[in-house]
Amino acid sequence: MTVDAGRAQNLTDLMRDSAEPLIDEWVGVVAALLRGRSTKTELEADFREFFAALLPVVGSDGKDIGGPEFTDLRAFLEEYSRSRVRAGFTPTETASSVFSLKRVVFDLTESSDDPQMFRQLMAFSGLLDALGLLTFESFARVREEIIREQSEQLLELTTPVVKVWEGVLAVPLVGTLDSARTQVVMEKLLEALVETGSEHAIIDITGVFAVDTQVAQHLLKTVVAARLMGAECIVSGIRPQIAQTIVALGIEFGDIVTKASLADALRHALRREGVDVVRSEIA
Amino acid sequence: MERVPILKIGGLLLVSIQIDLQDQSVLALQEDLAEKISATGAHGVIIDISAVEIVDSFIGRMFATIAGISRLFDADTVVVGMRPAVAITLVELGLTLGGVRTALDLERGMKILGQLGRGRDS
Repeated sequence: MTVDAGRAQNLTDLMRDSAEPLIDEWVGVVAALLRGRSTKTELEADFREFFAALLPVVGSDGKDIGGPEFTDLRAFLEEYSRSRVRAGFTPTETASSVFSLKRVVFDLTESSDDPQMFRQLMAFSGLLDALGLLTFESFARVREEIIREQSEQLLELTTPVVKVWEGVLAVPLVGTLDSARTQVVMEKLLEALVETGSEHAIIDITGVFAVDTQVAQHLLKTVVAARLMGAECIVSGIRPQIAQTIVALGIEFGDIVTKASLADALRHALRREGVDVVRSEIA
Repeated sequence: MERVPILKIGGLLLVSIQIDLQDQSVLALQEDLAEKISATGAHGVIIDISAVEIVDSFIGRMFATIAGISRLFDADTVVVGMRPAVAITLVELGLTLGGVRTALDLERGMKILGQLGRGRDS
């Protein structure tokens, strides 16, 4: 893909020579596309960097975009689409800003009727297509990262371990229990038992609307693990439907204490702790 | 091979495991403990595993074995200070240590043995 000197101008040389007007034009097109949501100064800074990374590989047709000579360009594009995602731009807008360069370069070489130049332009077009797709891929990856972060935060948020009395912990579970969540609950509860030196823990499942065999299995494991560490677990707040499911599934709770409400469970735990709660006569 | 020390406190024997247990040291500990209980006539054994981070099924079974040995000498066994990760591992291994008492820490373990000891004297 080299062009004989004198016969025709090389696309790379052409782009390097007219870099300034090209970038200006490009920024103009993209700024119009984004309707002022990104300032020209920002775009210009980004595109200048992009252009500089692009120039050395203009001769390529984009088929070997995984190669080492593309490292800079890939890193830039990934960072660019990452910042675009966070700023709330659609993937189409991000990809279009790459594709826009195509039109600007086509305009530049419109007057040329040299077949060599045409071939180079075709290759360049392929390269930009590949780069545009790369921004799309980065977009999807960043989105997935965000989703994963959020679901992790959700896990942390929805499983508080609270101390309700000296030596008594409570874990109110709300929402759907899946294996990942029960795992988190189990670990947090056991660690809290050690930290606070509590001998009783109440697992309240009033807010849980479905229990399957696997979830029950995890609950049982938690109770047994707590027992191994020297603490007793009480399960409270089993809904009527869930009680039916548990019996229908044939899940055995064995000698694990279950109570109807959190209040009953707390009373039971306090009694085991040797605490007596009495109503005062002054009313 | 490192040996696990067995300390006598009143009528209790304290086994504090501070090393990474090898199968050999586990076997040695069981022998030492049996001799020590028979020699001292202790009524309780406390195994402190708060420093143990890794367990396998062999070590898991050790607790039950030691409890069984102690019972023959009419002594109770309490395992204290098990870490959450260790507890989870034992549960996953399907070892629930039936017949072995557990406590959160040494203090509570001694309290449990004290209560058991009183029950026996009266």
